[in-house]
Amino acid sequence: MLGATSAIAEATLRLLAIEGASFFLVARNAQKLAAVRDDLLTRGASSVTAHVMDLDDTVAHPAMLEGAAKTLGTIDLALLAHGVLGEQPDAEASYAAAETILKTNFLSAVSLITWLANYFESTKQGCLAVISSVAGDRGRKSNYVYGASKGGLNVFVDGVRNRIDRAGVHVLTIKPGFVATPMTAHIKPNPLFAQPAQVGRHILKAIEKRKDVAYVPPFWALIMLIIRSIPGRIFKKLNV
Amino acid sequence: MVPVHWTTDFPLAKPPATKLLPVGAGRSYGDVCLLEDGTLIQTLGMDRLLHFDPQTGVLRCEAGLMLAQILDFAVPRGFFLPVTPGTKYVTVGGAIANDIHGKNHHIAGTFGRHVLRFELVRSDGSRFVCSPTENPDWFAATIGGMGLTGLITWAEVRLRPIVSRKINYQGDKFVGIDEFVALSKASTHVEYTVSWIDCVATGKNFARGIFMQGDHSTIPEPRPVSKEPKLMLPVDLPGFLLNKFSIGLFNTLYYNKQLGPRKTGLVDYEPFFYPLDSVLHWNRMYGKNGLLQFQCVIPWEADQTGITQILKAITASGLASFLAVIKVFGDVPSPGMMSFPAPGITLALDFPIRPEVSFDLLDRLARITLDHGGRMYAAKDARMTAEQFQAFYPQWQEFSRYIDPAFDSAFWRRVTTRG
Repeated sequence: MLGATSAIAEATLRLLAIEGASFFLVARNAQKLAAVRDDLLTRGASSVTAHVMDLDDTVAHPAMLEGAAKTLGTIDLALLAHGVLGEQPDAEASYAAAETILKTNFLSAVSLITWLANYFESTKQGCLAVISSVAGDRGRKSNYVYGASKGGLNVFVDGVRNRIDRAGVHVLTIKPGFVATPMTAHIKPNPLFAQPAQVGRHILKAIEKRKDVAYVPPFWALIMLIIRSIPGRIFKKLNV
Repeated sequence: MVPVHWTTDFPLAKPPATKLLPVGAGRSYGDVCLLEDGTLIQTLGMDRLLHFDPQTGVLRCEAGLMLAQILDFAVPRGFFLPVTPGTKYVTVGGAIANDIHGKNHHIAGTFGRHVLRFELVRSDGSRFVCSPTENPDWFAATIGGMGLTGLITWAEVRLRPIVSRKINYQGDKFVGIDEFVALSKASTHVEYTVSWIDCVATGKNFARGIFMQGDHSTIPEPRPVSKEPKLMLPVDLPGFLLNKFSIGLFNTLYYNKQLGPRKTGLVDYEPFFYPLDSVLHWNRMYGKNGLLQFQCVIPWEADQTGITQILKAITASGLASFLAVIKVFGDVPSPGMMSFPAPGITLALDFPIRPEVSFDLLDRLARITLDHGGRMYAAKDARMTAEQFQAFYPQWQEFSRYIDPAFDSAFWRRVTTRG
């Protein structure tokens, strides 16, 4: 679990813990990671290894992932949940701010997925699940830098699926809408907001059903279909 | 409102200029969980289980965890809450801060008695582990301390073992306070006792009710997790639907639903403890004006005049209430400096808000409570005056020394400002 202290990750992990899963957790903050570890162990996880690192450090990815594979024996499921929302105005004003978002959400994910795709392809099993976002479906003025990081990720994961599905590997793109998490605490709540626990249940269902792309909750598929269908000459005038 | 998701999120990285108050599920009926012109620290994100020892039943968890989540975890493992209020949608932090009680008060005392330790974080960043032996004064001030002494981040609670979800139930009809007291005295060995009481009926039906008692079933059974509630009230109902005629009718039907004088059976713990939780947003039944709660405890009196006067004042007012509950509190001492329960009879009920009459009535009930040496429950109050509160809780000034200088609540402002 990469980005194990994310609220969506935690909600998903709790459901797997009840079934007695073994975990290798990666996150940046040691104290938060320890709380997640304790929670999963209490709920019934068979074992939990907590690995503290900043996932922006792509050079350290292969060693960390090799360690995970060794600790777990086999990796059955890899879930990428780390990411930042960033500040759109900052990212508009300076490339440096935009680069930070792209590094964390896109480049570090590319690095992790590269290793994991090769691992799963060689073991001919497993599920690679990547948390993206509905924001990656179409660029909007309110968050297009974040959206671009997730849109790039979607295309990359599509390609990986096309490559390793035939090796028996399930590759899943998860596209959550608004989820009530620390990342969205500053956004005024609206009826479209989902709770992390609900999103976690949808993610597990998508894994069980071997879906390629899962909008969570599923009604976002319809919303995004409409948003993608708006002609460009109209869309560019909208405030969305 | 600022959410905290981790025990390390407090003190806040960017403290607001306003006063602060922790809030959990926000299920207190009055203003103990409100703060005008302030910042609420929302704790529901701190909902992790940190450790459980199946030998001792001791659970360590974060303070934003709801009792419902503890039940989902504990019941399949053969454990139950040591004390539970009438809703499971309250947090552990809130249960400590209001030192809640339940149907087993006469045996188990308050929730605080089953709390072994907790961490209290002050706005200056200091962190205390509090227990009866470590920082005992902070332990006593924080249990029942209405969230004012600092933020509770985690707590250790001792759960009690069970082998079944079922409760061995017995319901007995009674008419009058004397019969209620006799039934209570005859069932002090039963773990859970509570009575529904009719607050509309007068004359020969005055103070009729159903005395409900139960123990955990001792016949082992599988204990699956509870299902999530399906029913909900989607909108406010018009306020006029609740009046003394509709409630009088409801009460007559409810009283007579149980045909004979006694009914027994095995029931699931959900309807026994949490009848209202099965309808989400049940409070909307009271219309957009909402409801007021009143709960008092009156010490034992030879002829129970205090409780009788209170019931007479309610029936005479015609301000109907069908969710009325009466129970005998035991003499197990509460660990909190400001805890509400005391030996005697406690009465809890709610009223639809009709400002011109319900406020007067509540003031009258508070005065009767005071005259009979009783007190009212802060967690269910929106009306008591500073004079009344300070008479009910003469230790309030000693308590106020423990209040975090950055914390405040609408309740505390109300009951410490003499108007």
